[in-house]
Amino acid sequence: MSTAIEFNNISKLYRLGLVSTGTLAHDLKRWWTINIRRQEDPYLIIGETNDRSTRGGSDYVWALKDIDFKVEQGDVVGIIGKNGAGKSTLLKLLSKVTAPTTGEIRAKGRIGSLLEVGTGFHPEMTGRENIYLNGAILGMTKQEIAKKLDEIVDFSGCERYIDTPVKRYSSGMMVRLGFAVAAHLDPEILVVDEVLAVGDAEFQKKAIGKMQDVSRGEGRTVLFVSHNMASVRALCRYGLLLKNGHIDCFGNIYDVIDKYSNEALTKDGSILSLVECHNNNLIIDSIIVNGSPNRGVYLHGEDRDLLIEVNGELMKALPLSMELIITDLNSFPLMTYSTSYGNSPLFSKGRFSLYETVHLPSNMNGGTFLVNIYFTNSGKEGYIDIPRGLFLEVEGQATSTGNVLMYSSGLGLLHL
Amino acid sequence: MNQTNENWTTVIKPQNKLLEVDLRELWNYRDLISLFIKRNIITQYKQTILGPLWFVVQPALTVIMYMIVFGGIAGIPTDGVPRPLFYLAGTCLWNYFSECLTKTSNTFVNNAGIFGKVYFPRLSMPIADVLSNLLRFGIQFGFFMIIYIIYAIIGDSGAHFNWYAMLFPVLVIMLAGLALGFGILISSMTTKYRDLQVLFSFIVQLWMYATPIVYPLSQTKGMYWSGIPVHKLMCLNPVTPVIETFKYGFLGCGDFVGWRWLIYSFVFMVILLGLGVVVFNKVQKSFMDTV
Repeated sequence: MSTAIEFNNISKLYRLGLVSTGTLAHDLKRWWTINIRRQEDPYLIIGETNDRSTRGGSDYVWALKDIDFKVEQGDVVGIIGKNGAGKSTLLKLLSKVTAPTTGEIRAKGRIGSLLEVGTGFHPEMTGRENIYLNGAILGMTKQEIAKKLDEIVDFSGCERYIDTPVKRYSSGMMVRLGFAVAAHLDPEILVVDEVLAVGDAEFQKKAIGKMQDVSRGEGRTVLFVSHNMASVRALCRYGLLLKNGHIDCFGNIYDVIDKYSNEALTKDGSILSLVECHNNNLIIDSIIVNGSPNRGVYLHGEDRDLLIEVNGELMKALPLSMELIITDLNSFPLMTYSTSYGNSPLFSKGRFSLYETVHLPSNMNGGTFLVNIYFTNSGKEGYIDIPRGLFLEVEGQATSTGNVLMYSSGLGLLHL
Repeated sequence: MNQTNENWTTVIKPQNKLLEVDLRELWNYRDLISLFIKRNIITQYKQTILGPLWFVVQPALTVIMYMIVFGGIAGIPTDGVPRPLFYLAGTCLWNYFSECLTKTSNTFVNNAGIFGKVYFPRLSMPIADVLSNLLRFGIQFGFFMIIYIIYAIIGDSGAHFNWYAMLFPVLVIMLAGLALGFGILISSMTTKYRDLQVLFSFIVQLWMYATPIVYPLSQTKGMYWSGIPVHKLMCLNPVTPVIETFKYGFLGCGDFVGWRWLIYSFVFMVILLGLGVVVFNKVQKSFMDTV
């Protein structure tokens, strides 16, 4: 396989604050230093790393700094990261909307970029006219569009409205039409920003399917930015995690998503600090899991047991159960546990203690999981929620061949 | 490294060299230009009753106004040419020039939305603006010709057609070139400093009075400013020779400005256009960061 895109030390400097004020002075100073004194651009040196939340001393920040990676032909790479990490800037550079400050991007083949669906749609023109206009903006010739017109109309599912001005369209229909044009662009490299967030479920499925066809069937390279981990996981083989304008992690999509999700959570702190109380008649003083009041729980080797000890006080007699929902890092529920599902025993007023041992399945694959803890009158009323109360790390079991089976590498929960 | 033997088709670099203008790429996007032209024309008068008739109503009303103000009140002569014809000739040409100029000088600011999302040669936008305005100009010119013929039939026309009118296509190209050149130069500068936008919109208004539209150039004969004949100063304005040649060719008013001035205008246009394209090309690469 050959390299399709290569990023060489790409950096992008942005100026913060109001752009108009003081630019003339800066321009003059820059021009003076570079052209007369033959020195480096004074404002390149003082750029700071791009951290959205902290206040820096300089008006210049690096939205991207030293981005260096290669994408093989036919790969689908998901680009993830927090807001402001530099994802969109990266795509903007790649689609030539703006130029990098330093570095070079090299690519083989036509780059079709889809930073927005339906760019250049004119509300007064009909769907058909807009297909032509939008297609040409994306780089197609009239002939190409004419050849694919039926296919595009069909894919969009807006046939009935095709000769109506698009200002009469619903926003969803506009997106459908826009994506339909872009999907038939046939570039060797497709760059897609979060455009699937709009549109109904049926269309999202269709769009993801089309992108999968493009990459798998036709061997095209796709770069895809999204906050939706499920669609990234479904589409991409590799992931690029950006953090404050740097590459944090580049590799297998499962590892990258894992790292990203892990970062969003902290395993420090006590379980009790997360208590959300809905009923004042129940007070919980301590929760100890496997001998520790902290959230982080590590299960070594073949150990799959959680020993949960709860101490508290009831202000009045209440029916009480403890229920658990075990999820993955994307809050996708995997397993449940209840001390008495649907039929909570009545606890009398005063102090109480609960001792529960939860046996997780022994054939469970390794990985990192979250445990939501609920104290309820089962099926009727919730008293106390502890969302993401436990941060559970399960060591994977090695098979006879020495491979470790991990949930996070996409192998599922159970090894049968 | 193996960089040299790989055949990259796209290389994205920080800044191109000053004179690296990719005109072939622009040619590859000719379909886009034609679609932009179509869009500009279709959308201009959608949901209006008179539609393209407005193209005629505008100059007609303008001419009536000029007849009252400059002809009637101020009493400026028109070289023996019927006033409606004289004003209409000037208005048609000037309208085309100023329309193109204001449209192209806002290229970056008006299209920031599209430009921020997708790449295509940015020059296709102002070029489409200039070309789509030709339709409007064509209709207005047709209107001018109808009035012209009506006067010819009535027979009391002071207008004399001569062969300089054959220069008409060249004159239109010169107007288009000047408008495009000035427009893209201004639009490149307004991305950072919006002051220019405000300044420019009113300079265009004043510019009309520095061009012989509502008065004949012959009016300035015999006037001097610091010892220099005023009509020569007026001809430094590159639009003046174009307008004067048109009026001389179609209406026979005044004298021919001379090939020297016409060539001066043409060279001015070529240099301006070249400069505009170079500056525009440099700005387009990173204007999204400043607009």
